[in-house]
Amino acid sequence: MSETRWIGKAVKRVEDARLLTGRGTYIDDHPPLANIWHAAIVRSPHAHARILGYDTAAALMMEGVGGVITGADVARHTKPFSVGVTAPVHYYCAATDRVRFVGEPVAVVVARNRYLAEDAAEVVQVRYDPLPVVLDPERALESDAPVLHEAVGSNLAGHRRLVYGDPDRAFREADVVLDERFSFPKYGSTPIETYGVIAKWDPLDGLCTVWSNFMGPFIMHPLTARVLGLPENKLRFIVPPDIGGSFGIKSSIYPYIALIALAAMRTGVPVKWIEDRREHLLASSSGTDRVAYREVAAKKDGTILGMRFRWLDNVGGYIRSPEPGCSFRPTGNFVGPYRFQHLEVDASVVMTNKSLTGPNRGYACGHLYFETEGIMDRLADRLGLDPVEIRRRNLVQPDQFPYRTPTGGLYDSGDYPAALDRALELARYDELRREQAKARAAGRYFGIGLALAVDPSVSNMGYVATALDPQFRAKPEYLPKSGAVDSATIKIDPLGRVIAILSTTPQGQGHQTVVSQIVADELGLVPQEVTVVDEMDTFTRVWSISSGTYSSRFGSVGTSAVALAARKLKAKLVEYAAHLMDLPAESLEFRDGAVRPRGGKGPAYSVKDLAGRAHWNTESLPEGMEPALQATAVFGFTVAKAVDAQDRVNSSNTYGFIAEVMAVEVDPDTAAIKILRYVTVHDAGTIINPMIAEGQIYGGALHGLGGALYEELQYDDDGQLLTGTFMDYLVPTASEAPTIDIAHIVSPSPLTPLGSKGLGESSSMTAPAVIANAVSDALAPLGIKINDLPMTPTKLWTIIERARSRERSSDATSRAANIERAETGDRSRVASGAAHESGDRSRLAPISGHPRNKPA
Amino acid sequence: MMTVRLKVNGVAHEGRCEPRKLLVDFIREDLGLTGTHVGCEHGICGACTIMVNGESARSCIMLAVQADGAELMTVEGLMQDGKLHPLQEAFREHHGLQCGFCTPGMLMTALDFLRTNPSPSDGEIREGISAVLCRCTGYQGIVNAVRAAAATLRGGR
Repeated sequence: MSETRWIGKAVKRVEDARLLTGRGTYIDDHPPLANIWHAAIVRSPHAHARILGYDTAAALMMEGVGGVITGADVARHTKPFSVGVTAPVHYYCAATDRVRFVGEPVAVVVARNRYLAEDAAEVVQVRYDPLPVVLDPERALESDAPVLHEAVGSNLAGHRRLVYGDPDRAFREADVVLDERFSFPKYGSTPIETYGVIAKWDPLDGLCTVWSNFMGPFIMHPLTARVLGLPENKLRFIVPPDIGGSFGIKSSIYPYIALIALAAMRTGVPVKWIEDRREHLLASSSGTDRVAYREVAAKKDGTILGMRFRWLDNVGGYIRSPEPGCSFRPTGNFVGPYRFQHLEVDASVVMTNKSLTGPNRGYACGHLYFETEGIMDRLADRLGLDPVEIRRRNLVQPDQFPYRTPTGGLYDSGDYPAALDRALELARYDELRREQAKARAAGRYFGIGLALAVDPSVSNMGYVATALDPQFRAKPEYLPKSGAVDSATIKIDPLGRVIAILSTTPQGQGHQTVVSQIVADELGLVPQEVTVVDEMDTFTRVWSISSGTYSSRFGSVGTSAVALAARKLKAKLVEYAAHLMDLPAESLEFRDGAVRPRGGKGPAYSVKDLAGRAHWNTESLPEGMEPALQATAVFGFTVAKAVDAQDRVNSSNTYGFIAEVMAVEVDPDTAAIKILRYVTVHDAGTIINPMIAEGQIYGGALHGLGGALYEELQYDDDGQLLTGTFMDYLVPTASEAPTIDIAHIVSPSPLTPLGSKGLGESSSMTAPAVIANAVSDALAPLGIKINDLPMTPTKLWTIIERARSRERSSDATSRAANIERAETGDRSRVASGAAHESGDRSRLAPISGHPRNKPA
Repeated sequence: MMTVRLKVNGVAHEGRCEPRKLLVDFIREDLGLTGTHVGCEHGICGACTIMVNGESARSCIMLAVQADGAELMTVEGLMQDGKLHPLQEAFREHHGLQCGFCTPGMLMTALDFLRTNPSPSDGEIREGISAVLCRCTGYQGIVNAVRAAAATLRGGR
């Protein structure tokens, strides 16, 4: 038994002293080399065009310029990145023959400093032949739409129809069937530190070293090595000690790693590139914009029998790994916290002339739960049930764990009804409903929203293969994929102090602090006696394909590796002490920082004592014991298995739970949404540091709210980005951020040594749903349902104004007709139409007007 | 090339740079003070906020030559006599930072804000620090930290 004096405590962070005093080391502060040259990237001004040629002569003549590489060099010296679909999409680290989105890299200038590099980039001439542009994923699938990739023949990068159970029967037998159309915006959580890469090429050794604020290595290291034509042990990735936020976005830096590495290889000098904000908004990464058609089949009592999802996920100009995770990342938790067994998912991954997508906090779960929780409310409304009641009747029950979902997920632990009850109690739900009745009677727009979600942590990399047909996966040459692995090494020095070495790449999550707590508890130390090193280096750290800090991994798999390494070391100390004491190891235990006789009195050996003896006098070791006091543990989940022939996959390894309640009031004259109460209850198993956990929840919630209310990468009809600065791409400030009531319930995971699960993505996946439901509830008297995000003030005001003027001008009969339209799911189209008429930029790309294709 | 003479955190510096060089680049590259960060280079995110002659300013939209003769303070100057400033202490105590990238700008903004408003309400704190974007914390830890630091500073430390 290990004591938990530190686990569960709000230990102050080790990282803070350096970060508060300006002594952090981020990529742009990192001085790994002398004689660094600087890169500026030439980018496409067109959303779609053929490249006719380059003229770099003027740039090469300029003072301080060391070289220019273009798409021609990229085509000659690199390979395209592989991706998990069979469509022949050739995605290189820069455009080679055609550009497919504004901002796509077309050339790189290397110069003595960034100012000179930018001067020279301006005079690089690229000749283009513009092509027609398509931005809307529904339009992109029409037969006369411009096609981005001729080799693919259409804009469909991938399509799967996944069937679990017997959804047709569920829909036949249902008392009620509802359908709704939802749309989710393209937004990225825009870390304040942009991408940065430094690359060095040693031609004689054939060795490429790259420093970057990457959150991998995971699968991107082997992908990048292949692109550069290097063996994996000749491509070294090093991550500086500090990364200025990521939220999934920095997993997509790897094409730039390849591009800057190529620039270093071709020019023969070490090259540094720091992305600027405009480049980041134009061409880094975001989540997908999605159009979703949802159907639900239910009994009169609210029991859900089945659902159908039909998705169009817009991945932009090229599908880039790990997409199509946008569709398949949540496969195991497609059904969320609900018990229904019949599901059909029709997922189309579509390419258009927008920037590329990838993981963004909550990867695809913000989309999933926005739709599911929205349709749950519509169903409750139709059946005359309270939104709480409809959810309660469908929740997975505590005695069902471990719970196997129809899609292959294995929910490891939880008590969903208890978490829901806790949220309702904290929110004083009944009181809120009474308050709402009063407010409505007074003509005010007061609403209450709910959202429940299963919070998946630690992706099983096998999920991506769900994108491939089972027939393809059945071929003998196909190699199945699975796994979720992390490692840690713990060393005890001769004075009994500890160094813990991780293979993670934290971006603000406080890994050093959390690991010092775990090791302190395991070895009976205080956290200050533990030094934690987390600067990833693929040459010196123990790692595997799935290693990295993404998918809320650390709280689950990373901490498990640390605990196991400490326990290995403890076992060795016990064995050593047994030898010194000439007692059987079974008669001893490790307790309070020393090896002691089990349960009783007698001499004890402290860690310090044992460490000194073991290091200074190897003769004292028992025969066959490896000298030195260090242990490495690699933790992998055995529940991470490859996708099966029925498309079932346990896409994550630990599954937490989130229950949220929000109360809002909407001012009908300004469309301002005031958040009156926001309660979130999480079950992430054992909480190691509640202060850090709370910080993650706060941050996640604000990312979700940003996407729901303000943030959108908007384009005009020509594919030009309209939100290329922080003046236009609106990020919530402290004035927009709500105070949140946070509570935890604890259902320890049986799969991890500490019982912990991940919670880094947390409320980012529920916030869009809970606020959309709250605003829909507030505006229910006007017949307005929010199916379309973000609900920017202009958009919302237009919808409200339209509903009110309709109310003012029409008689009772027409009012009833409007409400009927809302109930049949037509409201989102009415709403977008209204916003479009008002000239709101966010709706210039029409989402309506196409024939509505219902799932088959 | 122009000569720029200025004082940073009480220390006199002299450097030569092109007239177009941004002040933040001069501070980071020429003076080696990398605590000040660049987040947007267009004056919105506030990560590069420093004090120029006692008032907060964005060093990414000033030229180095404009700061000739000025007295600057950067995050490196906040700690005095080996002790963290009450604001720094409060940020640590209240988890007012995660990745730390916006933190220098946030600290300098809060310093200026508390100078002009030593007893702010929470709403005023939120407005005061809304000049700096933070994507990690949801701001609550920062609001709590600034409130606590205000109390400490009022207490005469």
